[in-house]
Amino acid sequence: MLELRNISFTVQTEESEPFDVLSNINLKLEDNLSYVFTGPNGGGKSSLAKIIMGIYQPTSGSIFLEGEDITNLNITERAKRGIGYAFQQPPRFKGITVSELLSISSGSSYSMKECSNLYKVGLCPQDYLKREMNSSLSGGEMKRIEIATLLARKLKFAIFDEPEAGIDLWSFGKLTETFENIKEKHDTTLVIISHQERILNLADEIILIADGKIQRTGPKSELLPSLLNNPDCSCNYNCQERSENHA
Amino acid sequence: MLNNIDKEILNRVADMTHIPEGAYNIRKNGAGIMRNTTPNIDIRTKEDKPGIDIIVKPFTKGETVHIPVLLTNQGLEDLVYNTFEIGEGSDVLVVAGCGIHNPGEETSQHDGIHTFFVRKNARMKYVEKHYASGSGKGKKILNPKTIIEIEEGGYAEIETVQIKGVDYSKRDTEVRVGKNAHLLITERLMTDGDQYAESIVIVDLVGVDSSVQIISRSVAKDHSEQIFYPRVNGHERCKGHVQCDAIIMNNARVRAIPEIAAYNADAELVHEAAIGKIAGEALIKLMTLGLSQEESEEAILKGFLR
Ligand SMILES: Nc1ncnc2c1ncn2[C@@H]1O[C@H](COP(=O)(O)OP(=O)(O)OP(=O)(O)O)[C@@H](O)[C@H]1O
Ligand SMILES: [Mg+2]
Repeated sequence: MLELRNISFTVQTEESEPFDVLSNINLKLEDNLSYVFTGPNGGGKSSLAKIIMGIYQPTSGSIFLEGEDITNLNITERAKRGIGYAFQQPPRFKGITVSELLSISSGSSYSMKECSNLYKVGLCPQDYLKREMNSSLSGGEMKRIEIATLLARKLKFAIFDEPEAGIDLWSFGKLTETFENIKEKHDTTLVIISHQERILNLADEIILIADGKIQRTGPKSELLPSLLNNPDCSCNYNCQERSENHA
Repeated sequence: MLNNIDKEILNRVADMTHIPEGAYNIRKNGAGIMRNTTPNIDIRTKEDKPGIDIIVKPFTKGETVHIPVLLTNQGLEDLVYNTFEIGEGSDVLVVAGCGIHNPGEETSQHDGIHTFFVRKNARMKYVEKHYASGSGKGKKILNPKTIIEIEEGGYAEIETVQIKGVDYSKRDTEVRVGKNAHLLITERLMTDGDQYAESIVIVDLVGVDSSVQIISRSVAKDHSEQIFYPRVNGHERCKGHVQCDAIIMNNARVRAIPEIAAYNADAELVHEAAIGKIAGEALIKLMTLGLSQEESEEAILKGFLR
């Protein structure tokens, strides 16, 4: 189980006032369950994921993994304890091949497992293993390899940050299948950050994050209907009229 | 004749784990110590100055020439002139490379002046690696000068690598590229400590439809200093592309001054130069996979200098 206690994260840039990216987050994420963090752009989802991974250090509050206080552990130490994060925007590497990155990730050299991990994200292994992780890969390819780097590891806690972004419809099915598998096969706590209904459907529990706070949590049966016809976001009269004129 | 240090150096600079097949000439401490020629590739000692002539017969295909240089005595200043005649229509690999082992306090220096004639429709790949070792204070200096003439339809690929141990190097490369001839230069360099490395490349595209691509990748650590000065002059309808990419760390200094000059309206020349730290996101990504910060840096630099 991963537990967040009173996590706040405030950033201060030179020009502007201090800004609360996250305030007072309290959350318990149980083993063997899958969660979806959803909510508006800029709400704080990725920041929360980075705080769990150790990429951001919270301004206050603490984080526990299986009862151990990991608040002061660095990224590497958290990775070694089984936390993984698939980036929303995966970085590129000149000269490092897909196969090498997957080897780093799995902690062993090239094997059949890497092949199957690429296959699971809808990439044909023989076309990609020798490719460099540089700008020659498309955005969607980068996203899929990013997901494969997590599949290559044995994780207690895995966060995927908008894994479906930029992924075409065909592989989307494969992807949801892969997440279903992770959920069923391993003892991994799965967190997916997403705006997509099909991903929301995978969740045991949905956590709605907006304005740096947890607005609501609950099983998908409760939250999904209200999220899908969100009254805060209906078109006003003017807006509707304009779109009708355009039609 | 070769001791363990020699063998280690040969492996580093010329990927030689054993005596190579094909033609070779091994120079140690200022004198040739081993040589082999083949029916198609002759190696002759120059009569007027130190050095050798390497003559590849026209239409020789798939042969190799290894000409490594070893300096294991401290305080030695070695100057050598090598001339390569790469005959018409041939296709060969030339592996040069210089390794210095300097355990002492005095300077060891090797200055190699290499002149190549890549004849009509010939193809040559030239690999030159630099490596130096030895814990003494003695400076290890390498100043290579490379002059290449590529005739009509010819192709030359120059790959230079200097990753470790050389305290001071000043590399000069001058190439004239003829009609429908092509040149590819890839340069990889890493400096640390107080090392200094300078590379000046001048390419004249003198033939119609000639082309050049220069790719330089370097890493500068500690207090080291690097200067790149690649210049491409387009005199005819031609294409040129210069790309300098450097990673800078600690208190190092890097200057990249690419220059392109067109003397013909159909010359298409491009240069790109970038200097920057290791990308923070890339470093973080590898750490999230369980590598320490140092291991992540190492993995990124290794890939970058590949
Ligand atoms: N390091 C930082 N410095 C300054 N502001 C930050 C930093 N990290 C995040 N923010 C700000 O915090 C807010 C939350 O960002 P975050 O990336 O967590 O949002 P998100 O919920 O993941 O949004 P999206 O759905 O667009 O990915 C944004 O307003 C963002 O600009
Ligand atoms: Mg985000």
